[in-house]
Amino acid sequence: MTVPFIGKQLKNRTVLASGILGNSKDILERVHEQGCGLVTMKSIGPEPRDGHKNPTVIDLGCGMINAVGLPSPGYQDMEEEWAELESRNFPVNASIYGGSVEEFQRVAKFVSAKGPDFIEINISCPNSEKHGMLFGVNRQSAHDVVSAVKKVIDVPLIAKLTPQAIDIGDIAKACQDAGADAICAINTVGPGMVIDIEAQMPILAFQKGGLSGPMIKPVAVRCVFDIYKAVTIPIIGLGGISTGEDAIEMIMAGASLVGIGSAVRYRGINVFEKVAREMDEWLLSHNTSFKEIHGAAHQQN
Amino acid sequence: MEIKSQQKPLMLRVEKKIMESKEFATLFFKYPLPFIPGQFVMVWIPGFDEKPYTISFHDQDGFAITIEAKGLFSKKAITLDKGEIVGIRGPFGNGFTIHQNKRVAVVAGGCGMAPLAPLVETLDQETIFIQGARTKEFILFPDRFKFEPQYCTDDGSFGHKGFVTDLLKASISSKKNIDIVYTCGPEIMMHKVFEICEASKIPCQVSLERYMRCGFGVCGACVCGKEIVCKDGPVFESQTLRNMKDFNTKALLKSGKAVDLPDYFSWRCK
Repeated sequence: MTVPFIGKQLKNRTVLASGILGNSKDILERVHEQGCGLVTMKSIGPEPRDGHKNPTVIDLGCGMINAVGLPSPGYQDMEEEWAELESRNFPVNASIYGGSVEEFQRVAKFVSAKGPDFIEINISCPNSEKHGMLFGVNRQSAHDVVSAVKKVIDVPLIAKLTPQAIDIGDIAKACQDAGADAICAINTVGPGMVIDIEAQMPILAFQKGGLSGPMIKPVAVRCVFDIYKAVTIPIIGLGGISTGEDAIEMIMAGASLVGIGSAVRYRGINVFEKVAREMDEWLLSHNTSFKEIHGAAHQQN
Repeated sequence: MEIKSQQKPLMLRVEKKIMESKEFATLFFKYPLPFIPGQFVMVWIPGFDEKPYTISFHDQDGFAITIEAKGLFSKKAITLDKGEIVGIRGPFGNGFTIHQNKRVAVVAGGCGMAPLAPLVETLDQETIFIQGARTKEFILFPDRFKFEPQYCTDDGSFGHKGFVTDLLKASISSKKNIDIVYTCGPEIMMHKVFEICEASKIPCQVSLERYMRCGFGVCGACVCGKEIVCKDGPVFESQTLRNMKDFNTKALLKSGKAVDLPDYFSWRCK
């Protein structure tokens, strides 16, 4: 049975989080084959960008901290990848970023013409000097960038939000009002910092980085809960999901799909089929369905 | 003490440094790491950068990495002296699958000797051991092993003048029954070794190199076809190599842009 999502059919409710793998058609295809319902490309930017020096990603056990720094060949230099993706037999979500409304619009228009199934605008990355997060913490900026991008693309628009917003429900509502077709939440938490006490300096070359993995799940669940109250468009809930039970919790908060990123580290690249299967098993053993538990945590409120 | 792999950088002092030649240095560390030959560690020079290096020596008390001064990081790394501090994460990845009781050939090119050295030291059986380099000066670890390698150099300054693949072909055609070939060196050389093995139906294992970030298979910087070099590799077997379309053709730059291998290597050596 497939899962409908803004006019497309997905094989299950799992989504590959942006920034995890996602560097080429080959690896996206493998993630799809390993059970992922919707794969997301690495964020595409307005200019070629190397990202930060290493160390960029550190496993803290309870999750990870990263400041990879939005590496991208730049939207104008990905022709071979788009050509390869044309023959794909799986849906693709193209993540994009920019440093201004105009840049977002320019990248989005170009990318839309390449035929991804969805465009996700990353207005929430904490790991760049100027890209992203600014738009996700202010309702007017979020509205401006979503409505500008919406005007120039032919595919559904997903707005990826940051938990750093003071009222993430309000930001999500602004995105919906501006024409977003779905919300994706959350991007990494923080930024945080880890100092090595022997070296007496931050481990990450960028010093600060976004937190992900199991340690951020309660923040992610709360954000999705707040967003569900504020909007009617579907939500991709992510942040710390490693198991089917984590996914069920996110669905009860209000998510329609669940993103997985750091758990690739903890459970392997086939974490997608594991989580999808565990979700099905949980629903079956509780004699219930997605429809019955979707947003169920809101009943008492 | 429990011996386990390190996730946050483990800060270690350089215990000893050996300059193998003008451009090769081996840095020794005193710390027991779990290890399979072919695995690598991420090496952090605080305040500078972090790069992957395969382990070139290993025993119960410690390990070493061997660095060829090629790019910015490695040129800095060979200047590290005894007592200086670096951060180590790992070991990561899958190493060589070791087959005792089989007839083994080991084919090393240049600094590709580094990951193969601990493998050679685990072998008890008679082994065909071929080692090549640009010149005599670049032959790594002469006199280290109980097997005498067949040497070759590009300029003929040591051993056979020519390529390791000449010697491998000669070994195969002299009806030496080889069950498995292990190789590490320049990718073009490893690809040639792979082709020779395929033609003779000999399984082979190669150790690949790509730009890396996380070291544990999430960031995607090192993908090669459908494989994640840091996690599924760096050692790959023939079966995987047959379907790996980026083997000896493409690699990703730091930006994620896929380029032809020569362009990748010239960027890496900047």
